[in-house]
Amino acid sequence: MLNHSEQRKSVLEAENITLSFGGLVAVDRFSMVLREGELAGLIGPNGAGKTTVFNMLSAIYRPQSGDVRVMDHSILGLKPHQVLRRGLVRTFQNIRLFKDLTVEKNIQVAFHHANPYGFAAALVHTDHYFDIEKHYAERTEELMNVLELGHRRGALAGALPYGDQKKLEIARALATGAKILLLDEPAAGMNPQESLWLMRMIEKVRDQFKLSVLLIEHDMKVVMGICEKIYVMDHGVRIAEGTPQQIQKDPRVIEAYLGMRNKK
Amino acid sequence: MRANLQWLVILTVIALAAQGLTQVLPPYFGQLLILACINAILAVSLNLVNGLSGQFSLGQAGFMAVGAYTAASLNVFGLGFLHGTPLGDQAALLLSLLAAAIASGFVGYLVGLPTLRLRGDYLAIVTLGFGEIIRVIILNIQAVGGARGFISIPNSTSAFLVVFLLSAFVLLTHRFVMASQGRALLAIRENEIAAEAMGVDTTTYKVGAFVVSSAVAGVAGGLFAHYLSYINPSSFDFMKSVEIVIMVVLGGMGSVSGAILAAFILTFLPEALRPLQDWTHVDLRMVIYSFLLIVMMLVRPQGMLGRREIWELFKPRSPQ
Ligand SMILES: Nc1ncnc2c1ncn2[C@@H]1O[C@H](COP(=O)(O)OP(=O)(O)O)[C@@H](O)[C@H]1O
Ligand SMILES: [Mg+2]
Repeated sequence: MLNHSEQRKSVLEAENITLSFGGLVAVDRFSMVLREGELAGLIGPNGAGKTTVFNMLSAIYRPQSGDVRVMDHSILGLKPHQVLRRGLVRTFQNIRLFKDLTVEKNIQVAFHHANPYGFAAALVHTDHYFDIEKHYAERTEELMNVLELGHRRGALAGALPYGDQKKLEIARALATGAKILLLDEPAAGMNPQESLWLMRMIEKVRDQFKLSVLLIEHDMKVVMGICEKIYVMDHGVRIAEGTPQQIQKDPRVIEAYLGMRNKK
Repeated sequence: MRANLQWLVILTVIALAAQGLTQVLPPYFGQLLILACINAILAVSLNLVNGLSGQFSLGQAGFMAVGAYTAASLNVFGLGFLHGTPLGDQAALLLSLLAAAIASGFVGYLVGLPTLRLRGDYLAIVTLGFGEIIRVIILNIQAVGGARGFISIPNSTSAFLVVFLLSAFVLLTHRFVMASQGRALLAIRENEIAAEAMGVDTTTYKVGAFVVSSAVAGVAGGLFAHYLSYINPSSFDFMKSVEIVIMVVLGGMGSVSGAILAAFILTFLPEALRPLQDWTHVDLRMVIYSFLLIVMMLVRPQGMLGRREIWELFKPRSPQ
């Protein structure tokens, strides 16, 4: 049966990845497996090393040791755009939109890696060019509807309210067609109602687009409801792994989160 | 596809109109018009790098020089057998311009590939150095006249050809920007890390834009050489590169029509003020440039048109 998670095929694996900045070991021998169709969470206090893990999974940084495999093939030495072509896409914690482009164009940039018409076709406007552009316009419309951004299509990305910018980042990631989606704190800065809506939406697109999703979140409560599996990091080290129920009871996790609260 | 034929007709009519204009205007104005169009082609070429891809190049005069000397050398030393008839002269010119584009594009590749692979603003420094190196090299090649300059280049550049090529470059740039490839380039300007993460091969696009930009600057150089029939290395010094940068900045980085507008203003304004210059015996060009730049940075730092095009000013703004 496919519904038991351990039997599903793994789409993304990190094996003992390590990265240090100067003297600081930001991520220390971290391992994880994301399986097909899974919605997993990566949680931990601020500064735990979660974003650095994402940067290694998406080839923005190369791990100093260990290996990252996407669909069973190592991505070490590849550039981020090549990793995207292998089927992995990520969003950014500190939003990175194309600010001076419209919402529509932000989404359409993500179609480019599989663009079938050539440079010459674009310059002489072949029929093929018009067909593809029409297809792009329709897909853009669909994605804007999924994320409820339709009323913003002509607005510049940089002029959107914060919540819509977060949604646009997700729409743009979906537009790439990649099946492995890494979301870095998508709910940060949202109120509880908005983050509830967002989590529902993430579940919905996971099913609709047949994605495998890994989600970073520093607020444990947000992910408990939707993640099947959770990895917990603290000080660069994986301190726990398991179902939400297991994680909630784990004394090391409680200590990491309580420790953080005491520091504040 | 049928629209291409219509555009061809439109571009031809515009170019014929310009040719007609130079016949009826005093020769002095015709000359300024052609030089303004050549400057506009240079501005359009630099806009591809500084405006659309978000890099900063400071050596456009160097690529112009490569194009000018390549075209002139080929035409004078290699294509003499074509000269004599108007058709032959034009064929020789077109072949020379093609060679100029290839040579400048190739040099652009050599300069751009190592530089643009690095993160950060190395391009400005490298292109600045490159512009000076090219000038010094030409200065020492006696076969093309060295410091004395290259003389007796056929003066076959016409207003028709210059305006036709300028309009064609504008049309093609516009089509490029509206296509998937253009969006990829703009994405790099907006956020290089995000563009790469969304699947854009950023190095290839940055180098590609730089090569095309260099090639077009080379064509402008070829047109320039065949218009004045005399060139010397000092026509392509650092001040020329700065002048082209100022056109792009004044017009609005990323705005093709803005760059053209600025090219015309910066070509005609010093001439309009020539009486004042004769009276004061000061070269006012630099004063004008500095003055315009300071006023612009204070009043409208995004340039005359910002990132918009002239034709977009007449359309209603899209809803927010
Ligand atoms: N580019 C960098 N240079 C130096 N230190 C960094 C860099 N990126 C992250 N760090 C450090 O690595 C640690 C982990 O950061 P990060 O992965 O962003 O944590 P998280 O996403 O869990 O909040 C932090 O101490 C942070 O200051
Ligand atoms: Mg983070």
